[in-house]
Amino acid sequence: MEEQKQFKHPSFYPGDAPETEHPFSLYISVWILLFVLSAFSYAVDIAEVEGYLRWFLVTIFAFLKAGLVVGVFMHMAWERMAFLYAIVLPPLFLLALVGILAVDGAFVYYIRDLFMPLLGE
Amino acid sequence: MAVRLTTIEPWPNTSQVFALHVGGTDVPLLLIAIMTFILISSSGTMAMAVTSGYKKQRKKTAYLILLTALGGVAFVGMQMFEWSKLIFEEGIRPWGNEFGANQFGGFFFMITGFHGLHVSIGVVYLTIVAKRVLDGRYDRLNDYQMVEVAGLYWHFVDLVWIFIFAFFYLW
Repeated sequence: MEEQKQFKHPSFYPGDAPETEHPFSLYISVWILLFVLSAFSYAVDIAEVEGYLRWFLVTIFAFLKAGLVVGVFMHMAWERMAFLYAIVLPPLFLLALVGILAVDGAFVYYIRDLFMPLLGE
Repeated sequence: MAVRLTTIEPWPNTSQVFALHVGGTDVPLLLIAIMTFILISSSGTMAMAVTSGYKKQRKKTAYLILLTALGGVAFVGMQMFEWSKLIFEEGIRPWGNEFGANQFGGFFFMITGFHGLHVSIGVVYLTIVAKRVLDGRYDRLNDYQMVEVAGLYWHFVDLVWIFIFAFFYLW
């Protein structure tokens, strides 16, 4: 009996193909994608984009690259869901800590701005 | 982050500090961009090495790992160039510099220093793994998983660099 044929990339179906069957082309395309994303974030600097737009773009490109490296190069995309949650969620919770530090940092800056000129010279 | 956020003095402009003088003009962050491309490429070759390992292609795996290690050596070499330029020519010290907030030097040397140390350790590690692959150790075990483990280490070092590039150099 003839097997049903449908087009799909041989790699992007978890559990579908063992790691032995990843074609080099998958890694090369991810590699090129990483190059392009790096070039984009470099372009942000060359174009002298400033302020919130700069931070937003730089962060977006960094997280896209991180996703590609973790997902494809480190084979996270082919791991079971529970493992993915165990690895990816804890660092995301640290973002709350980053937010708290940002609020506190703004406060410290305000205090220093207020008092440090009084101490100088 | 909190340290950087709280400095009264302005933070040095990284794209100026890390500019490279090429042909009469300053190209911002040129060396850093090249280093980024090299490290990403070495991550790519490492991923291919892992795949060849699963296919039990002994020589191909070993040479791809060695190529990865070579990328690491190039990276650390360029970092040495960067450090000596900053220390000897720009006079940046962990406790102060001419460009702005004093904390900048401490940040820079600690962050890139630890990362560079990990790259150097990775180069040694990869060389050992490549030698073991060539010796046929993993063929005898019929298990190339150690290559994947080495790959995970290397990709993580690359991952950290992605964030350093974004949040230290470009921020």
